[in-house]
Amino acid sequence: MSFPRHAGRWLIPLAVLPVLILLAYGFRTNPRDVPSPLIGKPAAPFSLRAFDGESLSLEALRGRVVVVNFWASWCVPSCYEEAPALERGWLAYKDRGVALIGVNIQDKEEPAKKFLAEFGHTFPNAPDPAGRVSVDYGVYGVPETFFIDRAGRIRFKHVGAITDEVLKRNVDALLAEPA
Amino acid sequence: MIPPGCARALATAGLLGLLVCAVAAAPVDENTVRAIGADLRCVVCQSLSVADSPSETANQMRGIIRERLAAGDTPEQVKAYFVDKYGLWILLAPPRQGFNLLVWIVPFAGLAAGLVVLALLVRRWTRRPAGGATAPGVAVDEAMRARIHREMNEMNR
Repeated sequence: MSFPRHAGRWLIPLAVLPVLILLAYGFRTNPRDVPSPLIGKPAAPFSLRAFDGESLSLEALRGRVVVVNFWASWCVPSCYEEAPALERGWLAYKDRGVALIGVNIQDKEEPAKKFLAEFGHTFPNAPDPAGRVSVDYGVYGVPETFFIDRAGRIRFKHVGAITDEVLKRNVDALLAEPA
Repeated sequence: MIPPGCARALATAGLLGLLVCAVAAAPVDENTVRAIGADLRCVVCQSLSVADSPSETANQMRGIIRERLAAGDTPEQVKAYFVDKYGLWILLAPPRQGFNLLVWIVPFAGLAAGLVVLALLVRRWTRRPAGGATAPGVAVDEAMRARIHREMNEMNR
């Protein structure tokens, strides 16, 4: 069999091209940007003991729009950036059939309580000591925020610090749905 | 604490459930926990398995594996639980089916293609020119032979 004599001249650059394109694409994407398979699925029920001693269960909130926020006191700066927005959202929506729950993961009680005191959070917050709730929700980092509709299905997931705008848009969308 | 599987068994089967629960509460084989953990991605790490990562998250994930095994889940069911929550991303090795097969086939196909190209090239480089039986290069005549002898003798002196 004959091999084209000067094949190397164009074959090598040609072979490099797809690799370069693949790398250019691969290095621009965020490896943590993984779509959640949980969107549209029923939210896993959970019962947690809140920092203030109250028991906190998702089942008890059925019929409401529920926002579940996963956070940690060591999560700098995202959790600190979003904290005021969460409290503002809670104050604006708590009387409109919306519940907000903070789930503190991978944390210690003392710094977590300090965090809550620092921002004066008035919505319920609970630790997840064994990580069961965070795995049930497919959480891979903090902060992550889940929006659960009145029927108890996970509808949106926001990764990273949440803003007033994102909170409002998603909660309004779920509130607008027929009960 | 009561594993969730036990609670389920108790609720549905009463006393019989208690029996099932007691049988299932047998100690969990740590090798099984390790084997499952080795196939799962530690969610807070970059490309490290749950079995290898020293992070708190991986520790908790091992705890959940242990708990599910104790509740009577098979290793496949435990992995399916994590896939359910995180998607196939959680598996360190993509399953050998569908689009993922590409990941398994392409490297070997590339290797095979490379070997074929190499074989063709080596054949071309070592092939003698058509017609000629003697090796190419400078023909060694008598004068040259004598000179080589002379110079080697000088070297050996």
